[in-house]
Amino acid sequence: MSVLIVGASAGGLATLEALRRKGYQGDVTVLGEEVHEPYDRPPLSKQVLAGDWEPGRARLRPAAALSSLDAEFVLGDRAVGLDVPARTVHTASGRALRADAVVVATGVRPRVLAGQAGLAGVHVLRTLDEAAALREDLLGSPRVVVVGDGVLGAEIAATARGMGLDVTLAGPQRAPMESQVGPLVAGLLAELHAERGVRLRLGFGVRELTATAGKVTGVRLDTGEVLPADVVVVAIGAEPVTDWLDGSGLRLENGLVCDSRCRAAAGIYAVGDVARWHHEQLDTLLRLENRTNATEQAGVVADAILGEDRAYTPVPYFWTDQFDAKLQVHGVLPAGAEVTIVDGDPAVRRFVAQYRIDGRVTGVLGWNMAKQARIRRQDVAA
Amino acid sequence: MKIIVDEAKCCGAGTCVLVAPEVFDQRDEDGIVVLLAAEPAEPHHVAVREAAGVCPAAAITLNS
Repeated sequence: MSVLIVGASAGGLATLEALRRKGYQGDVTVLGEEVHEPYDRPPLSKQVLAGDWEPGRARLRPAAALSSLDAEFVLGDRAVGLDVPARTVHTASGRALRADAVVVATGVRPRVLAGQAGLAGVHVLRTLDEAAALREDLLGSPRVVVVGDGVLGAEIAATARGMGLDVTLAGPQRAPMESQVGPLVAGLLAELHAERGVRLRLGFGVRELTATAGKVTGVRLDTGEVLPADVVVVAIGAEPVTDWLDGSGLRLENGLVCDSRCRAAAGIYAVGDVARWHHEQLDTLLRLENRTNATEQAGVVADAILGEDRAYTPVPYFWTDQFDAKLQVHGVLPAGAEVTIVDGDPAVRRFVAQYRIDGRVTGVLGWNMAKQARIRRQDVAA
Repeated sequence: MKIIVDEAKCCGAGTCVLVAPEVFDQRDEDGIVVLLAAEPAEPHHVAVREAAGVCPAAAITLNS
């Protein structure tokens, strides 16, 4: 038996580790598009961008731990096709890698704005190299506009402002992360950003980037207003990297579609941001872009490969750090949920909020109350 | 087995506590990981390995 993992980031590495933990001793090959050994992405928008960590600190495992996993890492080469019946992956450099089980862990790539390609001063943030390039530009004391009011955009705005820069956050919602955390907490986030000096230009769509001589000069909103900028960071979401699977016969619909065992076809599995699997309890296809999903799903995929398949029914979790606020979200926080403060006090920015739909607890959110939020995770109805 | 935690990496998820509550806890004030047993007894090793594997901040390292 042999396993090929396509993707050398959190989900791919976690699958390899789970296989070894469960006693699998066969061959494993890990194919990664980037040249770097596996590293963690959440610090890129925070500690690495701020310069608090040198980039090497984002490595997921020390070299000794990686080598003890006894896997072959093929890095700096990209999967370009998958022959499903033969379970063979073809790469950009011409390799053909065959295995008994293939795990798709190719993640997502950032969405971009029209006209963004090739424009100097415009950035996305997904990879270590992109974080380094953005940091280099931020060190020139630019005026920064962050386009995107989700988790990543809000974190980048906070980090850049923490570096002392002139920062504007733009996006279509009324407050940062409103669709993820609801109006109450998003309003508190807006207060926090404003108080720390981030200029909020929220509630408007972005029409286009403005540029002169190949370099960005600003962001034009739907209202016609132009936000002047030397550096623009585009954080408007991401899309699953499945183009290399076009024509494979696998079902590609907002991700690689899998059954409840995270199996896309016989011997083909998916893990992490790219996987859209059938959540049995919710009876729906779900794709989660969060860090914990990568490792938890990896355990289920490893079990499935080893013939001990089980349904994957996680309680979703994500966290975000912005200025001195550390938010923890367990479960889901649907629009329209009834929000009750069950611990602490928003006035002192330390609380746990419970989210209910029809009386049923769907999620909890902790603001600088990580432990208390985790304890209340057990209230979340599966 | 010896456990090393990197408090600066810890994000306060508490995943380790959910997996191995006899070995890990969190500080009340900020949720950062607390080691209850830096060299846990053998019966805890399986859970500790899983906790290190699923930590979303890669903050747990094992020497064994």
